[in-house]
Amino acid sequence: MTAILEVKNLKTYFFTKKGIVKAVDDVSFEVYEKEILGIVGESGAGKSITGFSILKAIDPPGKIVDGHIYFHGDDLIPKSEEEMRKIRGNKISMVFQDPLTSLNPVFTIGYQIEEAIKVHNPHMSRDEIRERSIKLLKSVGIPSPEKRLKDYPHQFSGGMRQRVVIAIALANNPDLVIADEPTTALDVTIQAQVLNLMKRLSQEKGSSIILITHDMGVVAQMADRIAVMYAGKMVEIGPTEEIIFNPKHPYTIGLIRSIPKLSGRTDKRLYQIPGIMPSLLNLPPGCAFAPRCFCKTDICEKEMPEFEKVGENHYVRCFNFRRIADDRQSCKS
Amino acid sequence: MLEIILRRLWQSIIVLLAVSLLVFVMVYVSGDPVELLAPPDATEVEVAQLRKALGLDKPLHVQYLQFLKHALHGNLGYSYVNNAPAVELIFERMPATFELAMMATIIAVIFGIPFGIIAAVNPKKIYSKAIMIGSLFGISFPTFWVGVMLILIFAVTLGWLPSSGRGETVKVFGIPWSFLTWDGIKHLILPSVTLAGYHLALIVRLVRAGMMEVLLQDYIKFAKIKGVSKKKIIFVHALKNIMIPVITIIGLNFGGILAFAVVTETIFAWPGMGKLVIDSIHLLDRPVVVAYLMIVAVIFVIINLLVDIAYTFLDPRIRLK
Repeated sequence: MTAILEVKNLKTYFFTKKGIVKAVDDVSFEVYEKEILGIVGESGAGKSITGFSILKAIDPPGKIVDGHIYFHGDDLIPKSEEEMRKIRGNKISMVFQDPLTSLNPVFTIGYQIEEAIKVHNPHMSRDEIRERSIKLLKSVGIPSPEKRLKDYPHQFSGGMRQRVVIAIALANNPDLVIADEPTTALDVTIQAQVLNLMKRLSQEKGSSIILITHDMGVVAQMADRIAVMYAGKMVEIGPTEEIIFNPKHPYTIGLIRSIPKLSGRTDKRLYQIPGIMPSLLNLPPGCAFAPRCFCKTDICEKEMPEFEKVGENHYVRCFNFRRIADDRQSCKS
Repeated sequence: MLEIILRRLWQSIIVLLAVSLLVFVMVYVSGDPVELLAPPDATEVEVAQLRKALGLDKPLHVQYLQFLKHALHGNLGYSYVNNAPAVELIFERMPATFELAMMATIIAVIFGIPFGIIAAVNPKKIYSKAIMIGSLFGISFPTFWVGVMLILIFAVTLGWLPSSGRGETVKVFGIPWSFLTWDGIKHLILPSVTLAGYHLALIVRLVRAGMMEVLLQDYIKFAKIKGVSKKKIIFVHALKNIMIPVITIIGLNFGGILAFAVVTETIFAWPGMGKLVIDSIHLLDRPVVVAYLMIVAVIFVIINLLVDIAYTFLDPRIRLK
C-alpha cells in the first residue's frame, strides 16, 4: 500500500483576540491509496480544521504554522495560492456537512457542476462538459439529469442536494475526497444511501476518502482505518476492527461505550464521558483528556504522552493504556 | 410575465388614483391661486370672473372629478401662469432631469459597487478604511454644500468645468440631449457628481455589508474548494447574491433623483423639472404641481416594476405572483 497523502506534524492555530487557539496541534497521519480513513472526535476536536488544512483553505485568523502535507510525495505547504487552486476540486476535493448551504442558491446546479469541470478543463468543449455533468448526476442517482441541470438548489431535497455536492466533488476524478460530516444533516435513512453511494463511487474511481465524523457508527461501517482526535491532537489511530473491538485510549473506549445499542438491555442508562472538552484556549499542561479520564495518574497532568505502537498499524497516545487493558478496576485506585 | 405586468398595471392605477386624490386635496388647501394671479387692482367682479374661468368656483369634489375626466384623456390641466398644457411643460423639461439622474446613477453604480467590494474583501487595509470614512462623508454632507464646494473648486478656482447650464445639446428624435456633445458632458459632470455622492456612499455601504456576510457562507467556501478563482468567486458567486438590496436601492435612488433633484438643479441652473416645480409651487400653479406629482408617481411605479422583474432574474426563489 502506498500513501497518497502524508500529513506530518501539522499545526493550525487561530490567532484570536483572546489568545492562540491550537485547533490542530502536531497531527500526523497517512492516507493510503483507495482507502477510507475515518477521523472521529467530538465537536471542536479539530477534525474539520484538519480537513481544511489539507487544502490550505484556512481563513484568517487561522494559519497553518508548521508541518508538512505531502500529496503524492509533493509538499503542499510551500505551494502558492494559484498552485493550490489547481489542486482543489481536481486532485483533492471536499464534501461539506450541510448540503442546504453548500450550493449557491442563485445558480442552477448545471452551472455549478459544469463550473467545477470547466475550471480544471479549460479546453473542454461545452457539449463534452454537459455530457460529463449529466453522466455525473446519473452516477449519483439523480433521475432525469438532463432536465434537472436547469433546476436550482432549492428545488432539490436535502439528500438530493448532497448527491449533487458529491457529484461536484467527484467531477474531476480526484485522488482524495475529504468528506466533512457528509451525512450529519441528513435523515438516518438517507444517511445510509449517501454513505453507500460515496463508498461505491470512490471504489469505482479509485479515490481515497477522509471521512470526518463524530458518529462512531458511521466510521465503523465505512472506514478501513480510524483516527481519533481530541482537543486538537490525535490520540489513537489504527485499523477499524482494532479500534472498535480493541480500543486502547480511554477516550476511544468512552466513545465506543457511548454508541447506543438496540439489542441487549435497553433500560440501562447510556454511557457518557464525564465532563466536557477543555477550551482550546487554555489546555491543561499534560494530556488534554486527563481531567475526564477514569485512569489518570500524576504524570498525565504534567506531560503529554508520545505515540506508542500497540499493534499492527495501531498507535495510541496514553501513559496508562497497558493498565487499562490489564485490569480496568486497577485504574480506580 | 405578461400577466404579471397586467396585474401590476391594475395595481398602479389604484396607486395613482390614491396619489391624485391626496395631491389634489393638499394642493387645494395650500392657498388660493386667484389672489396671486389677479392683478392687485382687480375689482371683486374681475376676481370672481377669473375664479370662474379657472373652474375654481366649484366645490372640491366637482373639481376633482373634472380633473380625473380630463386626466383620462391625457390632459392634466393647463398652467395658470404659462397658459400651456402642464404635461407639455413638464415633458419639455424632463429630458434634462432624466439625463442628470441617469448620469448620477451610473456614477454611483460604477464606483459604488467596486468600492464596496474592495472594502469588504480586505476590511483591515488602509484603503478599505479610507473608503468607509469617505462613504460616511458622502452620506452626511448635504447635497447643496457639496454642489457649492464643487463649483468653488472646479469652476471658480481651477476653472476646469462650467458651473451652470446644460451647454451644447444635440437633438435625437426631437429631444435635446447634452451627453452627446463634449461641451454638454462638461456641463453634466459637476451636477451629476453632486447628485451621485450620497447614493454612491449608500451603495458602497450596502455592497460592503452584503459582501461581508455572503463571503462567510458555505457555498463560497465550497466554490473555493472546487478550485474557482477568488476573482470569480467575488464577482460571480457572491455578487449575484447581494444584488437584490442593491438593485432596490438603485431603483429608488434613480426615482428619487429624477423627482427631487430640485436643489442641485437650482444650484447649477440646470433647466430641469425641479426648477419648474419650485416656480409653480411659488405661484400656486396647481395644474403643474399636480401633473408633476402624478408623473413622478408613474415613474416610481414603473421603476418598481422593473426592479421586481430584475429580482426574478437575480434570485430564482423569487417568483412574482
